[in-house]
Amino acid sequence: MLAGDISQAVGDTPLVGLPSLSPPGYALYLKLEGHNPTGSVKDRVAKYLIESAERDGRLTPGSRVLEPTSGNTGIALAAICAPKGYKLTCVMPRNTSEERRALLALYGADIVFSPASEGSNGAVRVATELAADDPDVYMPFQYGNPANPQAHYETTGPEILRDLPTVNALVAGLGTGGTLTGAGRRLKEHDPAIKVFAAEPEYGDLVYGLRNLDEGFVPPVFDERVLDGRIKIDSRKALGATRDLVAAEGVFAGVSTGAALAVALRVCTPRRLPEGSNVVVVSPDGGWKYLSTGAYAAGDLEEIAARLQDTLWA
Amino acid sequence: MAIEVRVPTVLRKHTGGERKVTGSGATLRELVDDLETRNAGLRGALVGDDGSLHRFINVYVNDEDVRYLGGINTPLDDGDSVSILPAVAGG
Repeated sequence: MLAGDISQAVGDTPLVGLPSLSPPGYALYLKLEGHNPTGSVKDRVAKYLIESAERDGRLTPGSRVLEPTSGNTGIALAAICAPKGYKLTCVMPRNTSEERRALLALYGADIVFSPASEGSNGAVRVATELAADDPDVYMPFQYGNPANPQAHYETTGPEILRDLPTVNALVAGLGTGGTLTGAGRRLKEHDPAIKVFAAEPEYGDLVYGLRNLDEGFVPPVFDERVLDGRIKIDSRKALGATRDLVAAEGVFAGVSTGAALAVALRVCTPRRLPEGSNVVVVSPDGGWKYLSTGAYAAGDLEEIAARLQDTLWA
Repeated sequence: MAIEVRVPTVLRKHTGGERKVTGSGATLRELVDDLETRNAGLRGALVGDDGSLHRFINVYVNDEDVRYLGGINTPLDDGDSVSILPAVAGG
């Protein structure tokens, strides 16, 4: 694979079988988005966000980009923006891993922290306020920008159909809803019988510390109608499945990959999917950016999961 | 018939600060009605006058969002676990 520059190395990620973890009668495949240039599925989104803004004239040389993110989108934007000369400010909740901060700093991005107790919703709130005060910044706003699901509609979805034309179900994590909406829509256009399931991270109380329900947030890009089911997975279950993936398949992935895998294992029942089904699970990133959280350290899994439950891992 | 319900911080003002309450009902609607008798205001925080769930609230039966089960009419069994969470994003 030859790429003229790093942005052309985005996508075309491997789809690998999970022969040891697949339940009898089902075949699980993991799409390894950690193989993207900055190590996450968000490289696809960042590329679409920036290139669409350039086409529309909303970004010009010297512009500053401002974006709320729990980390991966920020790092992906940083890699796209740095060589183009765009300055970048990321608004990120304080309860994100050290690696995310270190990588953003390395790329020269500025970080504004939002309160841990407000989760990603708080980052959206703070970024929206900052952007409103400053006409010179451009906020791509992954949560509301159609370029986000479009990236998955035009790249992730077609790659899955190319590599596994007999796919019967898709499982992906729910963050902005971009992967599920874009790839899910593409797969269902190909075959309406394909089922789409969301794995929703479930955190500890801290992350749901909203003062009132009006602070709740459903990303505008998320089309809930594309889903056939939405299942929440807590840190303990996500971590357990992430470790199973290492032990049984040799795949080192991030915690949200474990969450998606746990949902895939749950939906592999004849009531939901006929036997013989091929199930594609999207692995949004590798495990590298979570090492400092202790997620992979030796010790009691319950204790590690308890420490992890207030750190954003999706 | 007891069903355990996990309540998020933002709604604990209706449960006397409790993070878990128990109730009964053959459907989610019956459970919510039962909970309301001891936790005033909880029903209004979850469902609108037409009985549909508020947009920024998610209710899960055994970890599955009820919007993809039977909504407010989702059937319940003894021992099911119900969780309520505010809608939050990631990314």
